[in-house]
Amino acid sequence: MSTRLTKGGRRIDRSQPVTFRFNGRTLRGYRGDTLASALLANDQMMMGRSFKYHRPRGVVASGAEEPNALMGIGQGGRFEPNQRATQQEVFEGLEAESQNHWPSLAFDVGEVNAALSRFLPAGFYYKTFLWPRAFWKHVYEPVIRQSAGLGKAPKDRDADTYEHYYHFTDVLVIGGGLAGLAAARAAASGGARVTLLEQSAHWGGRAPTDDDATDQVEALVADLSKMDHVTMRLRCMGAGVYDHGYVLGYERLTDHLADKTGPRHRLWRIRAAQIITATGAIERPLSFAGNDVPGVTLASAVRDYLADYCVSVGDRTVVVTNNDDAYLTALALDRAGLSVPAIIDARQEGGGDLAEAARARGIRVLTGHAVAKVTGRTRVTGVKLARQTGEGAVIEDIACDAVAMSGGWSPVVHLWSHCGGKLNWDDAEAMFRPDATRPPTGADGEGFVTCAGAADGVFAPGEILQAGAAAGLRAAGATGHPGQMPDLAGPSERPLRRANPLEPVWLMPASATRALRAKTWLDYQNDVKVTDVQLAAQEGFESVEHAKRYTTLGMATDQGKLSNINGLAILSGALDTPIPQVGTTTFRPPFTPISMGAIAGEARAETFQPLRRSPLHDWHAAHGADFEPVGAWRRPYAYVRPGEDRHSATAREITQTRAALGLLDASTLGKIIVKGPDAGRFMDMLYTNMMSTLKPGRCRYGLMCSENGFLMDDGVVARWDEETFLCHTTTGGADRIHAHMEEWLQTEWWDWKVWTVNATEQYAQIAVVGPKARIVLEKLGAEGVEGEAFPFMSFQNHRLAGIDSRVYRISFSGELSYEIAVPAGQGLALWQALLDAGAEFGVMPYGTEALHVMRAEKGFIMIGDETDGTIIPQDLGLDWAISKKKDDYIGKRAQQREDMARSDRWKLVGLKTLDGSVLPEGAYAVAPGHNANGQRNVQGRVTSTYHSPTLERGIAMGLVLNGPNRMGETVEFDTLEGGTVPARIVDPVVFDKAGEKQNV
Amino acid sequence: MFDPAQAHDTGVAITTSAPGMITLRGALEDTAFKAAVEEVSGLTVPEPREIVQSGEHRLAWMGPDEALLILPRDALCDTLAALETALKGHHALVADMSDARRLFHLTGPDAALRDTLARLCPVDMRAFQLGEIRRTRLAQIAAAFWMGEEGRLNLICFRSVAQYAEDLLSDAAGKGVVLH
Repeated sequence: MSTRLTKGGRRIDRSQPVTFRFNGRTLRGYRGDTLASALLANDQMMMGRSFKYHRPRGVVASGAEEPNALMGIGQGGRFEPNQRATQQEVFEGLEAESQNHWPSLAFDVGEVNAALSRFLPAGFYYKTFLWPRAFWKHVYEPVIRQSAGLGKAPKDRDADTYEHYYHFTDVLVIGGGLAGLAAARAAASGGARVTLLEQSAHWGGRAPTDDDATDQVEALVADLSKMDHVTMRLRCMGAGVYDHGYVLGYERLTDHLADKTGPRHRLWRIRAAQIITATGAIERPLSFAGNDVPGVTLASAVRDYLADYCVSVGDRTVVVTNNDDAYLTALALDRAGLSVPAIIDARQEGGGDLAEAARARGIRVLTGHAVAKVTGRTRVTGVKLARQTGEGAVIEDIACDAVAMSGGWSPVVHLWSHCGGKLNWDDAEAMFRPDATRPPTGADGEGFVTCAGAADGVFAPGEILQAGAAAGLRAAGATGHPGQMPDLAGPSERPLRRANPLEPVWLMPASATRALRAKTWLDYQNDVKVTDVQLAAQEGFESVEHAKRYTTLGMATDQGKLSNINGLAILSGALDTPIPQVGTTTFRPPFTPISMGAIAGEARAETFQPLRRSPLHDWHAAHGADFEPVGAWRRPYAYVRPGEDRHSATAREITQTRAALGLLDASTLGKIIVKGPDAGRFMDMLYTNMMSTLKPGRCRYGLMCSENGFLMDDGVVARWDEETFLCHTTTGGADRIHAHMEEWLQTEWWDWKVWTVNATEQYAQIAVVGPKARIVLEKLGAEGVEGEAFPFMSFQNHRLAGIDSRVYRISFSGELSYEIAVPAGQGLALWQALLDAGAEFGVMPYGTEALHVMRAEKGFIMIGDETDGTIIPQDLGLDWAISKKKDDYIGKRAQQREDMARSDRWKLVGLKTLDGSVLPEGAYAVAPGHNANGQRNVQGRVTSTYHSPTLERGIAMGLVLNGPNRMGETVEFDTLEGGTVPARIVDPVVFDKAGEKQNV
Repeated sequence: MFDPAQAHDTGVAITTSAPGMITLRGALEDTAFKAAVEEVSGLTVPEPREIVQSGEHRLAWMGPDEALLILPRDALCDTLAALETALKGHHALVADMSDARRLFHLTGPDAALRDTLARLCPVDMRAFQLGEIRRTRLAQIAAAFWMGEEGRLNLICFRSVAQYAEDLLSDAAGKGVVLH
């Protein structure tokens, strides 16, 4: 059984006991414990159930690579699934629950899958659920969905906050082990700004446990802590390395605390000139039958639990290995007074100095041997001994309650590889290691990532220190801060141990029977066994990427940190292809999953998205405005009064405006100033019609097309003076059109003398609309605005209600109408003055829906309704706004292409239902016959459709095949209910065709 | 509208003001243009990423062909007219943008000010200098900021998103100091 020993434990503080709950049970640990160490201390060896077969699983590792001990942590708004118990520190009141079991961890119904494992081989889903087709949607998919996933998704709104932090550094060191500390120390020696990230809560990595290097680590940390230009963060993982030295760091600020005040996670968005990945190495499991039974643990993790937390995984631990390192575990256990019944070394030659030391302490060392099988179900009860060569004939049963295994080490090359660093296969050490000659390269073609220490395949502590420091110096030098080699005394001076080389062991025993291989786990998290990978190879999934998807090896939250190398070695064996030719799957960020909250950062609640408010926004909000989004703006859709709905409010607003007076907040419309000697020439290129002939003081409606000829924006242009134009754009279009202008000016016509300024936000613009508009203007002080003194499509400057105003006489409603622009800060004062002056006419504001209906009654198009990015002005009957005199304008040539010029494009017409009803939005006009897909043929579609309170019936516009030539014809439009509704093709202008109302 | 100083436990207070702002577009390296601007504003046309100050007047580099003159409101009309006169015959655009933007002032301990913006802007706040101006991104909106003096950071954004900016700044300022 696993337990806490009476004294020791480097990381725990025995004076600070902590109580926490696991699956509803109250347990005790110490401050400094991880959840995994605290559970082991309570003999809770089983920590979860596996994904597919629901097999009992215990903790395998002691760090980020843990595949099994995944927990749901916290409750309610702080619940988060799939957290590794090996990294979660315990605190008073911590709530944890194990995953993937029902009804309980100890007794689980899904375990029946294990009995059926022969029938759930690799690719099971792909093979089984193909037939009958209809079953997928109604039977298979719902059932699979029930059993899919590891942890439960949180249900409540996240109670925490998160933040981003932009950080810039010369040298970024990822990994605070011996190599990283040495690298940071050396890099900082010349004054470079250095940042050091460590994902765990402690500096030093494996050095304190494996190399007695506590003093060395403390000295380095003390040195670095004194330096102002060095930033050091614990609990901060280097999550991903991206182009141009961009790195994401993931700092967990409150996950280890009972007090959750402040941001929970901080996402460091780092720009580093040079990056050193000193990310260490991960020990590999060995592949023998039953290697997933709780109690089978990585040898290094057994040492960690003992040294860091004074927790023993078992009283009697069998050590099984193919290299010398696992002997350290045996020695540590033995020194702690625990029993090591045997060290099973697969190598015929056995180990070096450490093996001698073990034998000297009386530990039984068996060379050339293997574990044939582990016995036990929810915890280890023993191992069956066999020879490594052979099929697994059992020689002896050895009773034990834990197995410490070591299959060698895999350098953590993830961060090196994220941005393209290449790997070489090292045959002697049986590992992929970074190829320093093929690093990730920056814009200058030079490498910007260096790998150091165990991550580079260097394991001797002395060499690690030197290599780390050398990497630090080189990186700092590359940033223009050459330093000096620091004094790195300590374990480097310790005599080197003589070690025997590792022997690659990918299967134990080497020729294990199928029955054994079918119980030999490669990927714990995804329940992938040796036989699954072999089956995938047999079925033709030869590419490692295909085999991954087919078997699920290396997927899910741990992304195969323990399983990838073992799995691809098995694949390599099955394909009879050397490992380097099989290659690895792609290493993608993040290194371990990061929270969605950290990614979102400040973008939540009120600051989820910027919301653009007009200068009159607060007034609207206080007067019943029912807002709708228009781009990032919020505009009043209608001002809904008590007892009204949106529809009736809109009708009231239209009726009032057409009868007397309405006001519209038009401030959101884009206003771009274009000025310069070449402004006229530029305007002629931007718009399809002629703008350079516009007289100062006059306005002209214009269309803007993209280079591909499609209509992209429209609006009224005013010529402020000889050299200056003001371009009104659509509400959503201002930024886009300004960028469009600047792009042409900066990339094509850079020699034209034109300046632009996007002045959209400088002005509040208020449309005063209706038969009484002129009177109201006069009441506010306008003079000389009668008839031809202030003609339609012109503008004048007036002082209205004491405010300097520019008044445009333009109309989007067909009414007598003025749009008044004033500095935004005075918008509300003018609005109020207009309301006061218009009170005698029953003035009321109207919203965007009334605007839409009134423009549709007049047959005016709306960008985004009549256009969708595939419409050219000619489709909309706007040929009158396309100059025939100009040599060119943006989009002209595109509009001459065959498809644009063909005569059977759908064209704009008005549509009048025979029964007066409102046509459905986007309805299609059906045509006789069916197309190749068995769908009804179509001959047109509705682009705008409203109820007109003016005409007291539905009105619509649409694009119809040969529409303008079919006036009076009736076509059928489909409806959502099924069936069709007949509508007559009519003129799009259905109100005041002669323009008598606006031209008064 | 919001104006009252907001004291946080980090000591950062946020206020706003509404000075005049004039956008100038012209070739900043053109000597005639420079001379005209300098004559009217009394300020030297700034170098890239620089903002210069004299009394209540500031002139900020906004791009190779754009500058922003910030001045007291009561000097706005005369200055606009003077600029138009001085730049007559030059290819230049003078636009009153006083109402288009909102100006925030953050005051407080230097480290807290820098960290407030380090949470929102992709800018090296450790290296940010007095007299420097950055046009950049404040979370999801465009912004520009400068520090005229120690302990006072000034930031402009467009008027329509002022509420969003205020929410962001208040949040970020309240989160304390990351690096001392």
